[in-house]
Formats: sequence, C-alpha cells, structure tokens
Amino acid sequence: MNPEQLRFTDTHEWVHLETTAEGKTIATVGLTDHAVEQLNDLVYIQLPEVGQQVRRGESFGEVESVKAVSDLYSPVDGEVVEVNQKLTEDLDPLSQDPYGAGWLIKVQVNDPSQVEQLMDHQAYQKMCEEGM
Amino acid sequence: MNALLQTPMHPWHVEHGAQMVPFASWHMPVRYSSIVEEHQATRQSVGVFDISHMGRLRLDGPDALRLVDHLVTRRVQTMKPGQVRYALLTNPQGGILDDVLVYRMTDAAGNDYVLLVVNAANRPRVLDWIEEHYQGYEVTLSDLTQQWAMIAVQGPRALEAVQPLVHQPLQELRYYRATETTVLGRGGIVSRTGYTGEDGVELIVGAGAALELWEEIIRRVTPLGGKPAGLGARDTLRLEAGMPLYGHELTENTLPQQAGLDFAVDLDKDFIGAEALRQADFSALARLVGLELHSRRVAREGYAILRQNDIVGQVTSGTFSPTLQKSIAMGYVAPELAAPGTQLHVDVRGRPEPATVVPLPFYHRRKKKGSQP
Repeated sequence: MNPEQLRFTDTHEWVHLETTAEGKTIATVGLTDHAVEQLNDLVYIQLPEVGQQVRRGESFGEVESVKAVSDLYSPVDGEVVEVNQKLTEDLDPLSQDPYGAGWLIKVQVNDPSQVEQLMDHQAYQKMCEEGM
Repeated sequence: MNALLQTPMHPWHVEHGAQMVPFASWHMPVRYSSIVEEHQATRQSVGVFDISHMGRLRLDGPDALRLVDHLVTRRVQTMKPGQVRYALLTNPQGGILDDVLVYRMTDAAGNDYVLLVVNAANRPRVLDWIEEHYQGYEVTLSDLTQQWAMIAVQGPRALEAVQPLVHQPLQELRYYRATETTVLGRGGIVSRTGYTGEDGVELIVGAGAALELWEEIIRRVTPLGGKPAGLGARDTLRLEAGMPLYGHELTENTLPQQAGLDFAVDLDKDFIGAEALRQADFSALARLVGLELHSRRVAREGYAILRQNDIVGQVTSGTFSPTLQKSIAMGYVAPELAAPGTQLHVDVRGRPEPATVVPLPFYHRRKKKGSQP
C-alpha cells in the first residue's frame, strides 16, 4: 500500500479503507514503518480473534521487541473480520513490509468518518519528525 | 537537569545514526542498526563497544593495595601486577554497593597502582565511599573517567582485529590480565576482560586518542563481519552470559551469596561487610535464578514471579535471547523454588506465562583450546 494514501493515528497505526461489493466498509489496520523502526527487533505479537469488537483508541493487541512492549490501538470502532495470523509465527513481514504483507487486522467499520479525522501522511510525518 | 556527559566517541555515534539515550548521566548509544544484529556480530565475529561511561578510578601510594583490600570482598594485596579481579564493594551489612574490576598495575616508572573500573551509575557513590575510608592510608585517589576513554572489543575475532593496533602480544595476555602497552602509538592499557560472555579485550586510552582508535578498530572489524554495538546488545549479551547488572540483579539490599557471587567473596579476609556476611543466614533469603519462558513474550524487570497464584519473586532483567531464540530472564525467588526444573509463572501484564528455572548462565561459549583457564 502507498503510505501517502493512508491515514494515521498518533499512536503509529495506519488505516486503509475500502468498500466491498456488498457495500461494507472494511478498514485494514497496520503499524507504520516509523513505529517498526523504533521498536526494532520484534519478537512477539498478540492479535485479536475474528469476531472481536474493537473500539477507537482502545488496545486490540500488543507488539513486543527485545527492548520494549507496545500496545496496538484501534483507529476505528468495529468488528474484526480478518487477522494476519501469519505474523504470530513470523514477524518478518511486519519488519520488512509494514504497509503490505505486515498488515495486522481488518475491521468492518461502523462509522467511516472516524477515519477522515485521522492524520494524513504529511501530518503524520511531521509529527514523527517533531517527536524525534 | 545537568547536561549529559559525552564520551570522545559521541560525535561518531550521532553521525552514524545511533539511537542515543541518557544512561547514568551519560548520553550513550543503545544501538546503531539493530540490537539483534549487533548481538549476533559479537557472538559470531566481533562487537565494538564504547564503554567510556564506566568509572575509572586510580589509587596511587604505598597504601593503595591495603586500602582497596579493606574495601572489596576479595584479596587485593596478594594479586600479582597485571592481574585483574572481579570483586564487590559491600556496606557494613554486607549489601552490595558496586561490583567492580580491580586492576593491580605497574606503571612505566615501576610504581604500583590500583585501577578500579566501576559502574557509571555508582561512580559518585564509590568516590564518596573511598574518601570516607581513606583516613590513615597513604593514598592518592584520582577519578580519570573523563581523561581516559574505554573501548571493549569482544567476540571470537576480537584479538585478531585488535592485535595490529596493540604492541602487547594478545595471545600471551591471559584471561583477567592487563598491561600497560602502546596502543596506536600512544600509551594505554589493554585487559583480557569483558562483559559479553565472549573472549576479547578492553582498551583504556587517553580521551584525546580515543576517537582515532575507535575509527581504526571499526575499520578493521568491518571486513570480519564485526560491528559497533550499543548498550542494547551489551545488555542482551551479558544477560545470556548470566552476568548480573548493578541496579537490577545487584542492589544495596542484595547480599553477594543471594546473587550467586560466592566466588567473588573471600570470607577469610577482612573487609567492610565481612563480619555481617560471615554471620548471615542465607537459607531463608531469595536467590537469583535463571528463567526460561515457554512463550516468546519477554519477562521484563519488575514483573512478578508466581507459583500457582502466589507471588514468589520478581524479575530483575529479561529479554528475548537472540542466540537461544527463547525468552529468558533473571529474578529472585524463595530458595526452595530455586532448583533448576522448578515450574513457575511470570505475570506478563496480567497473563501468567509458564517459566522453568534453568541453570545460569544461559549461554556458554565454546572455548578454544588454551584460550582460557
């Protein structure tokens, strides 16, 4: 996915919205390359189950590196419809391709306007630069 | 807050993209690339560490040996020139004030002196402690921490990488020995010591010569697959090697025997704390153990160790071991739970994760013939 077309939380998750043929809005959620680089040396991830409800701003899992552990926060309210299970066995896709093969969960979104309120790529990059 | 101290290599660390953090009043590199890569480079080839933040205290004068003998848990007066010993400074109750390396040295003029390499965080306290106790001893104490710098070169290829820069033949320098020698054309000290579980050396040179030496070492280790390594890898390496870290496994309230440091305490000699340690009953005190978790989650400092649902101890350090590919930790538990094989749990943020008590160290390097006693 092209990061320039994604939205971002201040806790370093990215979101991509798409509408299915049935008219459902699905958000793909991942962790940004900046977060992955800061955490570095990932060793463990805990992700939710399909069917679980997630709420915007609340933790849906955690990712752990040699040096630190970090909560994963949902950018939207909704129901988890798909989980990138492969990551629980191999975190390389998350380390190497956080905007692609390293996606975390897909959520059926109740209110797509929640995503519009998030930062665009430019604002997110500015936040990361200022935070460093 | 006071400005953080900088080692002579500080500009190099920043220029090479190191992630820098405050550490014991110093601004130090945690990692340049990845902790795991730097860790593996040290195990497989060579890692180069800026350890200039460690305190370097020199004691001169006719009573230097006798004073240090009075302060630390091992015999110093019987050490031979060029010998290095791991020892503890203890308070009158036997609690650990610091763990240090004692170097018995002879300078070019033939004068004996003692060098203490102390933990960065403890340097002010150790200085105060020595000053409180040197009444009646003819000793001059010099804190050379900022006049000298210190570089650790560690790993199976460390000696071959450093040898061209050091006059002293390194193969002839035995483990835990040190000597004054010429390093890159200037005076310095080389010791066969380290904190990684690998063979290697630690070099002490004047602050003004350190950056040039650092760059020369980096230039020589790079073709061997070696890397500069930060405090992150230093921590994972020492943890695999089962080495305690002051402020984590060791505190003022820890007695040496609890931490498995009996070897570093000579109760047949006198030192501050000796009497308390002779009298102490260790049978009921918590012991330091190694733990191997069954999951990949990391048991971090402060997490509770559980037996059934009871808290029976606390984790003091933990990481994901890059060599063993397992989550490992050290912590203190009641003595009856300290036997290897004991099944416990660690409370990892609310979820009890099964853990097994294992012998320390977690990692033993394969020794080359004749490389070490």
